[in-house]
Amino acid sequence: MLDYLWLIPALPFAGFIILAVIGARIPRPVAAAIGAGSVGISALVALSIAAAFITTPPHGHVYTQLLWGWISVGGFKPDIALTIDALSLVMVLVIAGVGFMIHLYSTESMAGEKEGYSRFFAYMNLFVGSMLTLVLADNLLLLYLGWEGVGLCSYLLIGFWYKDPANGRAAMKAFIVTRVGDTSMAVGLFIIYHNLGTLQIHEVLVRAAQQWPAGSTLAIAAAALLLGGAVGKSAQLPLQTWLPDAMAGPTPVSALIHAATMVTAGVYLIARTHVLFTLAPQVQLAVAVIGAATLLLAGISALTQWDIKRALAYSTMSQIGYMFLALGVGAWSAAIFHFMVHAFFKALLFLSAGVVIDALHHERDMFKMGGLRLQLPLAFWCFLIGAASLSALPLITAGFYSKDLILWETWTSASGGPWLWAAGLAGALLTSIYAFRMVFLTFYGKPHSEAPRQIANHSGLRIRIPLITLAVLSLIGGFVQLPETLGNLPLFSEFITTALPATVAMSSTSFEGTMQYFSGSVSLFGVFIAYIFFLYNPLYARNFVEKPFGYALHCFLYGGWNFDRLYDALFVRPFVLAARANKRDVIDLLYRLIALLHIVSNHLLSAAQSGLVRRYAFGLAIGAVIIIGMVVLR
Amino acid sequence: MTSVPAEYGLILAALLFAIGLAGVLARRNIIFILLSIEIMLNAAGLAFISAGSKWGQADGQVMFIFILVMAAAEVSVGLAIVLQLFHRIRTVNSDEANTMRG
Repeated sequence: MLDYLWLIPALPFAGFIILAVIGARIPRPVAAAIGAGSVGISALVALSIAAAFITTPPHGHVYTQLLWGWISVGGFKPDIALTIDALSLVMVLVIAGVGFMIHLYSTESMAGEKEGYSRFFAYMNLFVGSMLTLVLADNLLLLYLGWEGVGLCSYLLIGFWYKDPANGRAAMKAFIVTRVGDTSMAVGLFIIYHNLGTLQIHEVLVRAAQQWPAGSTLAIAAAALLLGGAVGKSAQLPLQTWLPDAMAGPTPVSALIHAATMVTAGVYLIARTHVLFTLAPQVQLAVAVIGAATLLLAGISALTQWDIKRALAYSTMSQIGYMFLALGVGAWSAAIFHFMVHAFFKALLFLSAGVVIDALHHERDMFKMGGLRLQLPLAFWCFLIGAASLSALPLITAGFYSKDLILWETWTSASGGPWLWAAGLAGALLTSIYAFRMVFLTFYGKPHSEAPRQIANHSGLRIRIPLITLAVLSLIGGFVQLPETLGNLPLFSEFITTALPATVAMSSTSFEGTMQYFSGSVSLFGVFIAYIFFLYNPLYARNFVEKPFGYALHCFLYGGWNFDRLYDALFVRPFVLAARANKRDVIDLLYRLIALLHIVSNHLLSAAQSGLVRRYAFGLAIGAVIIIGMVVLR
Repeated sequence: MTSVPAEYGLILAALLFAIGLAGVLARRNIIFILLSIEIMLNAAGLAFISAGSKWGQADGQVMFIFILVMAAAEVSVGLAIVLQLFHRIRTVNSDEANTMRG
């Protein structure tokens, strides 16, 4: 069964090629069937491979399939080869599974598009194919190919409604900001290849462990540069500014690319090259600190957003911050566990937000919503489940188990500690406040007077199935990893430890129980605060914002801590100024000189073409005299 | 029969060649240019003949006959071109035919 591994990325690619070539000429249902079907079959193949992998694990819990040699230049021989182990398997299952759900949802939700229906599915299929290549890649170069492929698709899909220039600008911003990280990652790959002589991931990790002592400069450089790439792709500090603007794309795109899969590529990269990070403890600490800072910063910003999708985008940043925090303290399996659970509930949140947005005719302002729980019961329940899982409400939601694991391992891990744990806990409080702020603003209270009278509620089966599936997964997805205090069933982390090292922890179960009460009550307390400020008496919040200080603070936080302005002043404007000053490019002078030389000699030579026969004859005569003279007088 | 020294023939040939070249360069009338070219050809022929008689070789005369034939061909082609030129621009002034000026 494992031999069919190549089918997993090949099917979406095939779907992309078909849709790209004949997409405009086939009827919409066929395009939808190809688009969603290719990912669906890919997900089925992934499921059966997972079954085969778990029942009869291959030797060493790794299976590699060599497809063909890619390049062979001297000693540089990267192959097109796929590798599956526990880590890849989880990623593949989530990407193909959640990807299929979102494709299915899109077949209905994108049906209103006048143009670009098959183009949408072509891009989406290309994205899924690239993402699967990324996680299945056997060497870092193929991983980089998938990495760039998903970046391209992100660009194409953010700018999907290209007729509005703002969307095009958002797409370019996402592309350029992530490019900064990608460049850093490319340099990291150069360092790795130059010093270790291979890009094959397993080989790199083995050789790095042998040749680089812990804390050596090379290990730190390589890990830091890879971290740069991860930070860019996963929208962490300091390259986080592109993600909120990326919400310009269609909602399924936000769900698939900018919440569930692509933005977690950085998490995957760090987990995949974990040995490098273990060898560079400073960089690993930086990962944790970046994660903690981002989760707080984004969580606070999420409190001030009025656009439901932007609020979810900040929430995504914050949740990926949790994953980075977990990676940074060496809680590898907790990070991957949270990735999986996050993919479920964040896709669910985006898709149910999409139902709301479509029902209100593309209204995204939460302050113009309100009281929608009766008109849109399905979206309400799904959003509520997603928000509950996001805020990690105890026991019943999957988010509780994953976030609790991260907090617990942050506390106990050798490289973690109370400070990082406190940041995570503060983030958990913020998370449940902003999550339920969204719920209360959107679904409770009185309907807004400006709200459209007509609520277009016609969610068909293809919207309901993904929503309900994801809602169920958001609730029960956590039961694969029960903490010691609650059943002690660490299936997930046992599975992941076949690929990643187990967390080094100093455990004491009794204490863990106390912590769980604590973090659980923090989540509930957050819901209570959200209730007080946004439902019970919204005036509290409004009065604060209307004061000058409160208003300034609100604007500051709304703009994502004004990072955009900072970068504008630090990089964009100096760059534009330099470009203006250098309008007549200095380096071009050299080339202009060459052009000038040619123009001058052209004028000289064309003057010689006088058209007068006698002058040509004169030239011949002189030439003959000179040559004969040279021969005679030699 | 006293033979003329070869040097005299060569000097005459050089003079004739110079006259022909001067004609080609100085004259505007294309007919005269053709005539001057004929003079130059004959100067070259004379040089061959003189050289051939000096070394007692028949090659010089062979070359002369060759030049004669070539001159005949050249004149026929040249006159045809002159006729065509006159047809086009209604003049035999070579400087007027300068449409190929760069």
